[in-house]
Amino acid sequence: MRVLGISGSLRRDSYNTKLLRAAEELLPPFAELEIWDELKAVPPFDEDEELGPTPEAVSSLREAVAGADAILFATPEYNASVPGQLKNAVDWLSRPVATTVLRGKPALVVGASTGAFGAVWAQAELRKVLASAGARVVEAEVAVGHAPTKFAEQGALVDDELSEQLVEALEVLAAEAPVRPLALAV
Amino acid sequence: MAVLTETRTALPAGTWILDPVHSTIGFELPYLAGTFRGHFTDVDAKLSAGSLAGSARVASVDVKDENLAAHLQSPEFFDVERHPELTFAARSIERSGDELEVDGEITIRGTTKPVELAGTIGDPFTDGFGRDRVNVKLETTVDRTQFGLNWNMPLPNGQPALQNEVKLVAELYFVQEA
Repeated sequence: MRVLGISGSLRRDSYNTKLLRAAEELLPPFAELEIWDELKAVPPFDEDEELGPTPEAVSSLREAVAGADAILFATPEYNASVPGQLKNAVDWLSRPVATTVLRGKPALVVGASTGAFGAVWAQAELRKVLASAGARVVEAEVAVGHAPTKFAEQGALVDDELSEQLVEALEVLAAEAPVRPLALAV
Repeated sequence: MAVLTETRTALPAGTWILDPVHSTIGFELPYLAGTFRGHFTDVDAKLSAGSLAGSARVASVDVKDENLAAHLQSPEFFDVERHPELTFAARSIERSGDELEVDGEITIRGTTKPVELAGTIGDPFTDGFGRDRVNVKLETTVDRTQFGLNWNMPLPNGQPALQNEVKLVAELYFVQEA
């Protein structure tokens, strides 16, 4: 199973990107995770741009999603909601609506924040947006609050309870993804 | 000359196959200020030996906007990938003159529930091509949330955008099997 990881934070030392790396180590043995890191290059969504050539970063994102069996989003929370650049990327992904690569794609949303709540409101909003765009959003949540205290220097989660929650959430995601041996994945 | 006064209670004999071009199997429900309607174009049904059964392909859902059709096929609604078909099978059919009452089971999104339909049946007639036809119209109302179709969106006034009670409407035109 190929999982595409998308972090909603652009910051170099992002806790959400660390959360993706932590997930990489906790995936079931038959799964692998690839982190898509071109979020910053995605231009603002503009219907006029849909008439011309697709922006490179958008094509890259769509191909990455199309080639993945499942997607793992890790989102921070900006003003009680999804970061604009991540929402913008999902808006591009959702087009054209009738044939979006998100349709039926299993998606897990997790999140980390420096505050106590672990981006739970941003996670809820991202789930709503993804479901509206046609994704198969799995019912699982991992909320990493007080993020600066939850990661080791190498990026692993140091909180056993959170690690267990992440393992379980990834299992729920894996159960929703189509069975495809990695060796046969193209 | 004898006057026919008895009320017919039997269904027409033989096997009758749905004419999908002239039939409509659809749904309607209150949405915002109006009524949202849709139907399925790829459908089949059979009426024979006092029984009625049919199915519809979710991928053929037809509404007035392809984006809406895509949304209806997504996991938020019918989830065509996991549940490509809707099916109905009658358990009993009672006829009194033109009136029909049908008890059966309907399967939507993989969930099967009992359902009672009411409607009418016409007299068999021969069409311009020499084929015998009979018309059946049936309706019922189901709660879509019982089948896992839970999508909604609160309006600014706090009311849900989409009602849960959905009217299912079937106008079935059958042709007698040759």
